[in-house]
Amino acid sequence: MMNVTDALEEKMKELKLTEEEKKRLLMTGIDVEAKDRAGSFFLCDHTVSQCVINQEGLELLPIQTALEKHDLKDYYWKLLQPEKDPFTKRAEEHLEGGYFIRALPGAKVTFPVQACLFIRMDQFTQDIHNIIIAEEGSELHIITGCSTSPHVRSGLHVGVSEFYVKRGAKLIFTMIHTWPEEMVVRPRTMVLVEEEGVFISNYISLLPAKDIQAYPTAILQGKNSIATFQSVLLARKGSFMDLGSRAILKAEGARAEIISRSVSTGGTIIARGHLVGEAKGVKGHLECRGLLLSSEGVIHAIPELEARAEEVEMSHEAAVGKIAREELEYLMARGLTEEEATSLIIKGFLTLEIKGLPPALKEQLDALYEEMGKAL
Amino acid sequence: MSDLFKLEGVHVEVKGKEILRGINLEIRGGEVHALFGPNGSGKTSLINAIFGFENYKITKGRVIFQGEDITHLPPYEKAKRGLGISFQRPPAIKGVKLLSLARLCAKKDGLLIEEYAKKLNLLSHLEREVNVGFSGGEMKRLELFLLLLQDPVMVFLDEPESGVDLENIALIGQAINRLLGRKVEPDPEKPIKKVLKEKRKSALIITHTGHILDYVEADLGHVLLGGRIVCSGNPREILHTIKEHGYDECYRCFGGKNERA
Repeated sequence: MMNVTDALEEKMKELKLTEEEKKRLLMTGIDVEAKDRAGSFFLCDHTVSQCVINQEGLELLPIQTALEKHDLKDYYWKLLQPEKDPFTKRAEEHLEGGYFIRALPGAKVTFPVQACLFIRMDQFTQDIHNIIIAEEGSELHIITGCSTSPHVRSGLHVGVSEFYVKRGAKLIFTMIHTWPEEMVVRPRTMVLVEEEGVFISNYISLLPAKDIQAYPTAILQGKNSIATFQSVLLARKGSFMDLGSRAILKAEGARAEIISRSVSTGGTIIARGHLVGEAKGVKGHLECRGLLLSSEGVIHAIPELEARAEEVEMSHEAAVGKIAREELEYLMARGLTEEEATSLIIKGFLTLEIKGLPPALKEQLDALYEEMGKAL
Repeated sequence: MSDLFKLEGVHVEVKGKEILRGINLEIRGGEVHALFGPNGSGKTSLINAIFGFENYKITKGRVIFQGEDITHLPPYEKAKRGLGISFQRPPAIKGVKLLSLARLCAKKDGLLIEEYAKKLNLLSHLEREVNVGFSGGEMKRLELFLLLLQDPVMVFLDEPESGVDLENIALIGQAINRLLGRKVEPDPEKPIKKVLKEKRKSALIITHTGHILDYVEADLGHVLLGGRIVCSGNPREILHTIKEHGYDECYRCFGGKNERA
């Protein structure tokens, strides 16, 4: 096994990351020193700068290498088809990178694996294809951070991701986006969950991007499979976010939960959610809550429930509003200025008790919320 | 001692309707005053207006604190100058942990958080969200906990005993006495009399039932009726009269009539 620290020192030296870049990466959940990480993958523009493993039972490869080494016909372009839309088509035509992460059967990968998709060149296009396989009975935690160097203003990021959660496996996937103002982002994610499998997705996007559109979908194929999606979104003036999560419950006992928190300080957020119950006795719940802080902004919650079988139990709650004056005044009477009180309430609103986060990442997220509070 | 806090002919409007019509009140350093009045007489409105909350507009008159006109300062400026409040119905603030709020209130001394939380049986609440799922008694304890951390010069307690069971009233009474510097620990450096004098704080306590006055000694009582303070005097005597005869007696005394009767 390679020593992460040694390998990193060499690779990262070549990359010559600036302090500013490192700070930005840390806010994206990526620790450049890869402390407490089971593995680390770093794609800078189109170049893999780092791909190291620090734990047994884990396989981590650049997607091109994985395609040479393994027969991936059951996984590559299996859940998604290039014809889906022009962006997905792009990703097929220009495969420029991506990761292949696999937890071997029964392997419990205790520390998270971090994967960073980083853009350093302005007006750059990054087309990515990722595959994650959690083999039977395995457990895998992945932190994906997508970010750019602070000087980058604009670009296009297209990420096709196909995840496979096998029987009894558990995959916790946390994605943090810290994009610049002029970035266009098109993730395309499909997840297949087998019997007794658990998929948990956490998505956090608090910095302004010009245009993000995504609708990750989990197909609960096996009995008693579970999917949970949690999203925390902040849109500033000029940002457009059309984001949702979908779960298709295809087998008996399948359960899904979709939770989102959106805050707009002037941007547009379309918060979607879609539960499709296709088997008897499945359960799902959808919750969209939004806080609109400026009349220039828009929050449009679109929760959808679709029952296609008997005895399906699905519910949703959606609420969009403003900060309660009463809460603000309560805090102000305790000595907080209006700005401090507002920022505390927003932080509280956005702080979802995100499941399965390692303490280090939790600390980083707290720091990110802190930064965000200052910038509001 | 000179006046610490003064209301001079204060008129208050709530949503365009005049609720208070010329309130005059003087509270000196170290004094505790009780404010009585029937439901809807404007007791809470008075406190909310003093703090400068949006829907409570002072249309006439002045609020003077430590010689400064603070009538139109925003709430946090008032808090900064040493005014504290215990809300009658504090709001729940989702996602904000009590500990985070406590830290913001205890800018001076974070070490006291644990000590005061222990005293108010709130240690296990520090990791919970502010007032989310709290009982009436827990909310009132939380109010006093934050006030103790803020360590204000003068406090306004809006019905600190409402919704609190008997067992907790004693605890709340103790906390108020501690807050007002009326209960102090022996100090090896100074005689208790001196410590009491230094720590003694002023308060205006709104009480509907008067229960809290079994635990906290008030120096002066006032009755608010028809938008004015119609009577000031010995708080125990006032309370006794109200308990025996209701507010009708107050109406009779000042010559108005009970519009609710």
